[in-house]
Amino acid sequence: MKKSFSILLIAGSALLLTVTSCKKDDNPAPAATVYYMGGDQMGRPAINTVFVDAAAKDSFNNALPTQMSGLFLAKFKARLAALNPGYTTNALGQTADQLTGLLVTDVLNVSATGTTTFFDGTNVLTGRTLSDDVIDVELILLFGGPDGKSNPGLTSDHVNANDKAFLATFPYMANPW
Amino acid sequence: MKKTKILAAAAIATVIGGSILLAADHIDAPAVTGQATDITDVYAFKGANASSRVFVINTQGLLSPAATSTAKFDAGTLIQLNIDNNNDNVEDLVIQAIYDGTNMKFYGPAKPTATGLKSQLEGAVTATVAVTSYTATAPVTATGTNGMQVFAGPRDDPFFFDLNQFKKIIAGTASSFNNPGTDAFAGTNVMSVVMEVPVSLLNATSGKINVWATTKKKI
Repeated sequence: MKKSFSILLIAGSALLLTVTSCKKDDNPAPAATVYYMGGDQMGRPAINTVFVDAAAKDSFNNALPTQMSGLFLAKFKARLAALNPGYTTNALGQTADQLTGLLVTDVLNVSATGTTTFFDGTNVLTGRTLSDDVIDVELILLFGGPDGKSNPGLTSDHVNANDKAFLATFPYMANPW
Repeated sequence: MKKTKILAAAAIATVIGGSILLAADHIDAPAVTGQATDITDVYAFKGANASSRVFVINTQGLLSPAATSTAKFDAGTLIQLNIDNNNDNVEDLVIQAIYDGTNMKFYGPAKPTATGLKSQLEGAVTATVAVTSYTATAPVTATGTNGMQVFAGPRDDPFFFDLNQFKKIIAGTASSFNNPGTDAFAGTNVMSVVMEVPVSLLNATSGKINVWATTKKKI
C-alpha cells in the first residue's frame, strides 16, 4: 500500500516537473511529428520551363536532384535537339551531351568564397544575382553556337534589366508595385 | 488584311497566354499553380557582407498590386532551402521558413533528420521576423540567434524576360525576339523570403555549395 502510494507520488512529481519544464520551453516538442511534402522545386532559372514538357513538369518538381539525370536526361537531349537542330557546341565549348548533362541536375551552384554570378563573362555558374540576365545567358548557350554569335535573333530577348532598382542593403529586393 | 488577322490572333493568344505564363520557374508546376507553394525564382549571391551569402526564394508570381495587397503566406506550406555542401546533390543542411499567421519563423541551417521528399521542422527556431505588410514603406528585417538575417513579405519581382515573345518563338508564330523586348514581369510582385547567412554556417567543402528551393505542403 505504501509502496504504491510512493510510486504515485513520484509519478505525480514527475508529471509536475514535466508540466513546469513545458511552460519554460518556448518550443515544446510536438506530440506527433508534422511532415511536409509535395509542391514545387527549383534550382537554376527556366530549366523546368524550357526543357520539361507540360505533362512531366510536376514529376520533375518531385524528383530528387540525384534522380533527375536518370529520369530526364534523354528528354533534355531531345528537347535541345528540337529547339536548336543545328546545335554543335556552345560558347563554353559544351557538346549537347555536356550541356544537357549539366542542366538536368537542377541545382544552383554557388561559390562560398568568390564572385557569385550566373555568368559575368569570366565566372560561370557561381551563383545568381538579382541583376544577372540569366535568360540571355541561357539563350546564348542554347542558340549562340561556339562563338555565341549564331542565330542572333534568338540569343537575347532585349530585356536587359529589372523594372525597379535593387537595394544596396538587405533584403536587396525593391518594394512592391 | 491577312496580316491584320494574324496580328489579331497573336494579340488574342497573348491575352490568353497571360493567365498561363511560364518563366524562370513561374507557374511551371501545374499541380501547384496559383497556390502558396508555387516557386517563381531562386537567387544566391554575395550581398553587402562578403562573408555571408544571400538566398532568395520567391513564390506566388505575377501578383498585380491589387492582388499583392491581399496576398499571404500559407501556414501549411514549408519553404525550404536545400544546401549540398559536398557536391553530391543531396541536402546536407536545410534552412526552413514557415508562416505562423503573423511572423515567418526560420529553422536551421540544420542537418535534416531525413533527406528527400518528406521534411519536418528541424530543431529550434533560429530566427523570427514579422511579415512586412504591402503598405510598409520600409522592409521589416530581423537577425537570428545564429547571425542569419531574415525577411519575408511582398517585393517587386526581380525577374525580367520577354516571355510572351519567347512563347511565340516556341510556338512557331515568331522567328526572333524584338528589340527592344517587353518585360512580361514589369509591374508585378512576388511573395519573397530572403536569408543572409554567414558562410561559416554552410560548411562548404572546396569553397562551393549547391542549393535548390522546395515548397512542401503539410500532410
